[in-house]
Amino acid sequence: MLHASQSSPNRLIDMKNVGVRRAGRWLVRGIDLCVNAGEIVTLIGPNGSGKSTTARAALGVLKPDEGSVSRKADLKVGYVPQKLAIDWTLPLNVERLMTLTENHPAGKIDEALEAVGISHLKRAEVQHLSGGEFQRALLARAIIRKPDLLVLDEPVQGVDFTGQVALYRLIKDIRDKTGCGILLISHDLHVVMADTDTVVCLNGHVCCRGTPQSVASSAEYLKLFGTRAAETLALYSHHHDHTHLPDGRVKFADGTIAETCSDQDHDHVESGTHSH
Amino acid sequence: MFDDFFTRAVVAGIGLALTAGPLGCFIIWRRMAYFGDTMAHSALLGVALAFLFEINLTVGVFIVAALVSVALLALQKKGGLSTDALLGILSHSTLAIGLVMVAFMTWIRIDLLSFLFGDILAVTTGDIAIIYAGGALVLGSLCFLWRPLLASTVSTELAESEGLKPDLSLFAFKLLMALVIAIAMKLVGILLITSLLIIPAATARRFAATPEQMALTASLLGAGAVTLGLFGSLEYDTPSGPSIVVAALILFILSLAPLRLRKSDQQTSETREHAS
Repeated sequence: MLHASQSSPNRLIDMKNVGVRRAGRWLVRGIDLCVNAGEIVTLIGPNGSGKSTTARAALGVLKPDEGSVSRKADLKVGYVPQKLAIDWTLPLNVERLMTLTENHPAGKIDEALEAVGISHLKRAEVQHLSGGEFQRALLARAIIRKPDLLVLDEPVQGVDFTGQVALYRLIKDIRDKTGCGILLISHDLHVVMADTDTVVCLNGHVCCRGTPQSVASSAEYLKLFGTRAAETLALYSHHHDHTHLPDGRVKFADGTIAETCSDQDHDHVESGTHSH
Repeated sequence: MFDDFFTRAVVAGIGLALTAGPLGCFIIWRRMAYFGDTMAHSALLGVALAFLFEINLTVGVFIVAALVSVALLALQKKGGLSTDALLGILSHSTLAIGLVMVAFMTWIRIDLLSFLFGDILAVTTGDIAIIYAGGALVLGSLCFLWRPLLASTVSTELAESEGLKPDLSLFAFKLLMALVIAIAMKLVGILLITSLLIIPAATARRFAATPEQMALTASLLGAGAVTLGLFGSLEYDTPSGPSIVVAALILFILSLAPLRLRKSDQQTSETREHAS
């Protein structure tokens, strides 16, 4: 446990060999992950691959059963949850949403709403917002806290394509302006935010990590996405040589079955682009 | 002033309604109505145990209601049956055990009806003191818990990652519910307690723009329902507890209408202006 040693003053979160066990099963194991200030890290993986568990362990909400997590002292987190179902009976307008976990002066609230482009919705009830507007409101709520780290759980889920591009652009702007680190969770295995510094693909363990491939460099995708979108979206091409069986064992491409998939057993290109 | 039994009833009822309003709001926001019912039904078991061990009734009811919420938590952790089914089991089995125990205790004469439907006209000055002291305790604690409870109503993950303690505050909230049920049992009875929590809160929804406004409005509407119900019961010689619930229901039904009424009011005043 090297909680005291901080390799860099910019390091916000540093996870080393983290494992979380529930009901006799490892939800995630052997996770190495770090997020620096000004850095965007995207966690991808199928449903149940442990993305949320990893994020919760990173935030300290969950105590890992093995490995260590060190966080910058007094790390301030802004959290944007997954699409929420707020009961209709809760009268909550955007303005009140802003002070959900902390009080803020009215001027700051206006500023934050302005920054995400929804000042006109200040008095609107959150239940009446569209998917994109609601995500913006949640973003505004998170950034008003001036967080060191912004955790975004599937921020573009349920938002149409143009809306996704706009949201990713906004997230990049927030990073550029505030210099905060961003941990972004996405279930989309192939299209990620272009400005992502590191993509980490999870499936109970870190399957692979790398940098996304700019869509803009591929004429084919450029046609598919359009030039505007190509600047914000990127492809993360990766190919896994093993699948996880329901009983927790691992089946490799050559048909062999093993208990685990330690890094020695299969090859991953550690960074850059991978071939399909 | 408290010489008159009717005055005592009104004062006691208003005290209870003021406490129940904000609590009821959380119950409907968090969809805990059935949970509240379960706690209330378990109160009869509390009554039986209180007689058996010769402890204070309110204390007995509070302990059993709190134990039920702990039992539910344990059963939920165990997995298997849905919360809905578990509540159904707990709710009716505790009520049934209570009834069976009361039947066994032949050495005591228990007026079952007064426990099931309450007997607000029999409240003593001492009861009033308990209602107001307990109410102050509940409302004070709720003020303290307000932010974490509200934030976790919107999103548990959000509250957790931004440093609030949603699990702890929810547990504390359940204890407050147990306390209110213990206090309310004597007034409106086991079978009608939840209605006093839920109906004024549901009525208040229409008139509130923020959660805080809704809590306050629910308190006032509850107090109104108590007053109306008690005067109604005096006028028409109907049972007091049910009359209060009927009054609350009438207010709720009226609350569904005013929006349209107000609009037509405006229209008529506009047309009048045009005419003049």
